[in-house]
Amino acid sequence: MIETINLNRKFGSFTAVDNLNLKIDKAEIFGFLGANGAGKTTTLRMLCGLLTPTSGTITVNGLNVVKNPEAVKRSLGYMSQKFSLYGDLRGIENLQFYTGIYGISWTAAKTNIKSLISQFDLDKYLKLKTSELPMGYKQRLSLVCALVHNPPLVFLDEPTSGVDPKARREFWQVINELAYRGKTVIVSTHFMDEAEYCNRVLIMQAGREEVCGNPLQLKQSHRVATMQQLFLKIAGADNAQS
Amino acid sequence: MPSPKRITAMASKELFHILRDPRTLAIIILMPVLQLIIFGYAMNLEIRRVPLLIDDQARNASSERLINAFSHTPYFQIVPANQRRLEPEELFKERRAQATLCIPVDFGSASQVLLLKIDASDPNSAQLIQSYAQGIIASGFPASLDLRPFILYNPDLKSSFFFVPGLVAMILVMICALLTSISISREKELGTLEQILVSPVSAMEILLGKVLPYIFLGLADALLILGVGMLLFQVPFRGDFLVFLGFTFLYVLCSLCLGLLVSTLAKTQQAAMMMALGITLLPTLLLSGYLFPIPSMPWLLQKLTYIIPARYYLQIIRGIMLKGNSISELYQAGISLGLMSIVMLIVAVKRFKLRLS
Ligand SMILES: Nc1ncnc2c1ncn2[C@@H]1O[C@H](COP(=O)(O)OP(=O)(O)O)[C@@H](O)[C@H]1O
Ligand SMILES: [Mg+2]
Repeated sequence: MIETINLNRKFGSFTAVDNLNLKIDKAEIFGFLGANGAGKTTTLRMLCGLLTPTSGTITVNGLNVVKNPEAVKRSLGYMSQKFSLYGDLRGIENLQFYTGIYGISWTAAKTNIKSLISQFDLDKYLKLKTSELPMGYKQRLSLVCALVHNPPLVFLDEPTSGVDPKARREFWQVINELAYRGKTVIVSTHFMDEAEYCNRVLIMQAGREEVCGNPLQLKQSHRVATMQQLFLKIAGADNAQS
Repeated sequence: MPSPKRITAMASKELFHILRDPRTLAIIILMPVLQLIIFGYAMNLEIRRVPLLIDDQARNASSERLINAFSHTPYFQIVPANQRRLEPEELFKERRAQATLCIPVDFGSASQVLLLKIDASDPNSAQLIQSYAQGIIASGFPASLDLRPFILYNPDLKSSFFFVPGLVAMILVMICALLTSISISREKELGTLEQILVSPVSAMEILLGKVLPYIFLGLADALLILGVGMLLFQVPFRGDFLVFLGFTFLYVLCSLCLGLLVSTLAKTQQAAMMMALGITLLPTLLLSGYLFPIPSMPWLLQKLTYIIPARYYLQIIRGIMLKGNSISELYQAGISLGLMSIVMLIVAVKRFKLRLS
């Protein structure tokens, strides 16, 4: 579904993403893990075609992202790390706006998101101005907005930051169902425990891949009990080296 | 091909922002009216209540009638004469009067000559005072009075004829350029643009969606400024209203596209604001033919005026309001505005980045 070869991104002389080689399969939940500044957002943005790589190639469904941005964008939904719906618009108006810029009809969009809205318990919040929603509901609405066009590919950049643990679990339940329905979900987080929900995770540090694989297998091979310990072990090893 | 659906989505969202943001509404409604009033009164060349001392040595029916005529206009305020007779020069020095009118003893019978002394330290005012006085005498007194009735023209009106159309042109370009440039740079600042850019929407669709709602606002603004200008400063409107609306549409479009161009250069709202004001305010004031006639400019500046939208609009609005021009006399200026809009829109679309940096 997604493949990158020697993906690099520099900001000036600073390397934010360093030589990433990825292969992400269809219907997989793929997690990018890493501390703040590790390069997760930069990677996600490049995969979506929002940022051009300094070097390297990205193909999504066999299409080069840099060369065919429009076709790729049509097939993906993206929820940015920073809350970026319009606060002065009502929930429903935000949904209708994103429906409109994806060029699809509101009737079609409604069938795409109806079950999600009731599952998220968003119905009664749609009439409110988005700025007045509690944080958890803002995040839910953002996710629904990213899914109005029923994309096969979903990018979620730290969707659970600033959300209480119960809401986080609910959020991950929805992410699971998306994958179950055949969508590929690429998610970033700095909560190590969330790695357990992913089919595969990639732990990033300073723009580089540290380890990549199934969380269970990673824990076994590194002989640790939790992902948190794995992360500390990796970070420690890195610090010892430098 | 730009999709109408996406453009509509962008435009209606923009409309919500406008209607729900008191700050934008204030920029759109209050700013032009305030500017018109402030600029209007500051640039008004008319003077009123000129302190005038009348030295009436005749004290007869004729002189009384004359004094009455002067005291019943808004232009002069009669300064009460002191017991001690002061020479005009002293009065002027003390700024108690700006003019004195001396009525000779035998006024009304033997003599028909009046002496008007004017403080000419401000030559412009002096000229106006002279015209006012001549106007008063010309309109109420026998022609045998010693004066030349050449003033049929009210200098007061003349100055507002001059500044109201110019202000409409200046305020419109300023507001319109501000509106589109701020609206786009605000989305850059807030990060909401990122969420738009990840969709398949094209630069053309984004920019057209941004411009559309503001066209109506710009036109409404034009009417507002014009209405207030006509109400406060008694400017006539001699031409066809629909013709005015059509050409004003082109000017608004041109100004909005200028704002789009600014937004492709500015990263923050503040930068956009400074840039939009910078490229509209002074160039319009100085190079549109508003304050300084274009034919008397140096060659290079004359050429430069061709890229100032207000240059064309000033020709249009003065032509319609004052001379009652029709399309056939103005279409060239209209075409220039249309072409400039198209060029700026295309450049803005080319420059607009669909990616982050
Ligand atoms: N537009 C940019 N210009 C300069 N530096 C940037 C830019 N975006 C990100 N960076 C830098 O790249 C690094 C990685 O950032 P990011 O991808 O946002 O990390 P993460 O999402 O993992 O927290 C950070 O050090 C950040 O400061
Ligand atoms: Mg990030």
